[in-house]
Amino acid sequence: MKKILIATIPLSIFLGLIVLLYVNLSTHSEELPSPLIGKPVPAFQHPTLYSNKTLTHNDFKGQPWLLNVFGSWCPSCQVEHPVVTQLAKTTDIKVVGLNWKDEPADANRWLQRWGNPYDEILVDFKGDTAINLGVYGAPETFLIDAKGTIVYKITGVLTTEIIQKELLPMIEKISP
Amino acid sequence: MTPTRKKRLILVMMVAVGVAVATAIFLTAVRENINYFKTPTEVATGQFNANSTIRLGGMVKNGSVKRAKDSLKVRFVVTDFKKDVTVEYQGILPDLFREGQGVVTIGKMGKEDIFVAEEVLAKHDENYMPPEAADALHQARSNGESE
Amino acid sequence: MLASIGQFLLILSLVTAAVLTVLPITGYFKNHKGLMRTGRPLSYLLFVLTLATFLILVFLFVIQDFSVTYVWQHSSLTLPLRYRITATWGAHEGSVLMWVTIQALWIAAVARYSRSLSLSQISRVLSVLGIVATGFLAFVLFASNPFEITNPAPLDGRDLNPLLQDFGMIIHPPLLYFGYVGLSVAFALSVAALIGGQIDEKWIRWSRRWTNLAWAFLTIGIILGSWWAYYELGWGGWWFWDPVENASFLPWLAGTALIHVQAVSERKNAFRGWTVLLAIIAFSLCVLGTFLVRSGSITSVHSFAADPFRGIFILVLLALYAGGALTLYALRVNQLKSTDTINLNSKETLLLANSLIFITATFTILLGTLFPMIFEAVGKKISVGAPYFGLMFFLIMTPMAVLLPLGVQLKWHKDAMTPAIKTLLPHLLIAALLTIASYYLFDGLNLRATAGVFGGFWIASTALAQWILYKGKTNASFIGMSVAHLGVAVFLFSMSMTEHKDVEKDILMKPGQTSEVAGFNFTFNGVTAVQIENYKAQQGSILVSKAGEPIVELHPQKRFYPKQQQPMTEADIYPGLTKDIYVSLGEEINKQGDWAVRIYIKPFIRWMWFGGLMMLAGALIALFNLRSKRLEQQQINTVMKDQLELS
Repeated sequence: MKKILIATIPLSIFLGLIVLLYVNLSTHSEELPSPLIGKPVPAFQHPTLYSNKTLTHNDFKGQPWLLNVFGSWCPSCQVEHPVVTQLAKTTDIKVVGLNWKDEPADANRWLQRWGNPYDEILVDFKGDTAINLGVYGAPETFLIDAKGTIVYKITGVLTTEIIQKELLPMIEKISP
Repeated sequence: MTPTRKKRLILVMMVAVGVAVATAIFLTAVRENINYFKTPTEVATGQFNANSTIRLGGMVKNGSVKRAKDSLKVRFVVTDFKKDVTVEYQGILPDLFREGQGVVTIGKMGKEDIFVAEEVLAKHDENYMPPEAADALHQARSNGESE
Repeated sequence: MLASIGQFLLILSLVTAAVLTVLPITGYFKNHKGLMRTGRPLSYLLFVLTLATFLILVFLFVIQDFSVTYVWQHSSLTLPLRYRITATWGAHEGSVLMWVTIQALWIAAVARYSRSLSLSQISRVLSVLGIVATGFLAFVLFASNPFEITNPAPLDGRDLNPLLQDFGMIIHPPLLYFGYVGLSVAFALSVAALIGGQIDEKWIRWSRRWTNLAWAFLTIGIILGSWWAYYELGWGGWWFWDPVENASFLPWLAGTALIHVQAVSERKNAFRGWTVLLAIIAFSLCVLGTFLVRSGSITSVHSFAADPFRGIFILVLLALYAGGALTLYALRVNQLKSTDTINLNSKETLLLANSLIFITATFTILLGTLFPMIFEAVGKKISVGAPYFGLMFFLIMTPMAVLLPLGVQLKWHKDAMTPAIKTLLPHLLIAALLTIASYYLFDGLNLRATAGVFGGFWIASTALAQWILYKGKTNASFIGMSVAHLGVAVFLFSMSMTEHKDVEKDILMKPGQTSEVAGFNFTFNGVTAVQIENYKAQQGSILVSKAGEPIVELHPQKRFYPKQQQPMTEADIYPGLTKDIYVSLGEEINKQGDWAVRIYIKPFIRWMWFGGLMMLAGALIALFNLRSKRLEQQQINTVMKDQLELS
């Protein structure tokens, strides 16, 4: 009996280890609820990529819009791109791109190649707005209502499933 | 007691003593070498142990990097957009150290509220900031809004 | 197109591994010879399939097929061919595929070189190895598929991480994988033994050679990693106690304990359970290391990008392998009775002490590595500083250095302690004298350095004497051990010197300025811009001289890789027998061309890796052990005879 107990010591230690690793992993992978949800969009002022304007957060008030953070350097953004394009084509919502820490020339080449689904593209060369939005890594997408309040955020690649199940109902809700 | 049993007893006792000593040394060594991670807000409001080495993480404030003329002494401000901490460092900064980017500095609080860093770590990739720095900024933001 | 073939071969490999897991062991339980015999051919098939899969990925890199996402992410049109080939295992997906390929190679080798095992033994071993391969192949296919397609194909790739565009980094990971995977053989043997509820000397002797080989690979892998960090990271350190380094060091420590205990258990019926447990621990630590490096749980300069799904996957594999093996251990270990008694005054006792010391070291470093996680679970963020590891390792290894010569001196089975110690006493004096001499020669040493240097001389002096005086000088096992122990001595000496007598200076230098560091004059002759292959660089020119005599001109670079938008510091080193001169560029401080320059003098640093190479050589020499060769041949003959009689 005693011998069997001793023989289970390594197993018990190991089980403790597994629990620790699991707990750690789940705290790391936990979706951080963005503290920005329900808050106004942080103030910004950015030049645009094609329309040669300078836009601020106030310019988008009056209708719901979607802010999609992307960069030509980001492989996942490319994976996401057809889905964003599809979304822009099939819905009325205004889709705005935030070109994050990208050379305008690179961004231009990227959009030439993959197509430009965006109504406007804000150039966040230094990444200030991305910081204010708490962006961890591209891509990330924010849904903002007519008053300029962030209502929803998706970290990572948008999929048709997320759009169907979560984003569209949310857009429905905030649309007039 | 048979000789085998005696031998076994000695062995078990030796192992037990060894484990006890090792645990004691381990705990002391760990306690002396644990570096707590602190945000600029925590450091600026004095929530840290002044005698121990801490890791201060946040963003290098834009326009705050100032170099000395004749030495490699450099000062910059680490911020979480709520509070600022001035950091002093002597030596070569990492390749990816930039203004407006995440940074983690390791050192102690010195005189005149200047944090003296022995080591400066920048992120190791263009697109991601050190998780500790990112957390500091997140924490500051959520605290800021709940106040 | 080619990528689809790769994908298909990958699926075939997975199926083959699954079949290998099931068939031979079923044969074992049903006592069906035909099923047991499928183990060897299935192993060869598995190797052929995984190798073909891997070669296809290499070929996709060579022909620059950017429609494959993995190729696109880690290669580019300007990347030179040699780095295109090595980029195959430069990032996560490819490196796991390489891991599996190496695993299959080891399985095939086990199948080929196991004629001394009976059919019932080898069928169990191959099935256990089959499970390991199945798990990792599933991981490649479902969580890290390198053959995923991007459509439409981009015109140019994103280039390889500049730090990985380097020779050391090309061969370091494969060698480490050889080591990790090699330990799976000892693991498989342990599990197979526990399944059958019995283990014998022959079986341990067979597994010992595999463990030795795996340990040799781990050693060279770690040395190369350390060497790479030294010259490539640009800050001149050789070991940082970084979690990822620890991840490779832990299996090495457990493996060291294992090879020493196996030396006992292959001779006597003793420490059987302990041998089995150590083998399980060593391999489990390899999988744990993989988890730490690839799950994003731990942040480190070397870690791969975080991916929770991959983390969960490896965690499940770890729970399955280690959890399963330890459960079996708990249930069955008492059947592996150790019948021989061990005399306290014998080599056996000292070898047991050795394994306890190394396992203590393993757990201390494991705890330090996991401590931040424990704190994080209660919401505090901490890190454990390198001094913790340095101090603990020093304390734990001190008794090892003291006892090592005694362990070699004592005879097997039964010996008297007093004469053995008396034989060693003169060496204590020699070591003390040499340490005092070094103390004066190198202008004083601190406590830890003195202890390290003393330990080095003590081990070297005794090891040399034992080697010369030993009667059976032709025994490869003894020569191998002596060489490895001399390597330990060389390592101890040089590590103490490097750590405690190095000079590190960061200086602001104006063009034309000369600064003196440790008796050498460094003249900074400015920086020029150069363009090479896929990067641009600012190249400094620094003339090193002593007493007016020029020694060498060093050209450190500050590189910039445009595709990755990454700067990189490339140091220039003047290597020497007694010291390295190490120069790297910081940054340009102002418009007048003043630069921050880092100048290091690293005494005896080369000897440290040389010591590691000696340990490696020792392990390899021991493979040519005639005694175990002879015994193995006898065993093969018995197995053959049994088979003949049966048929």
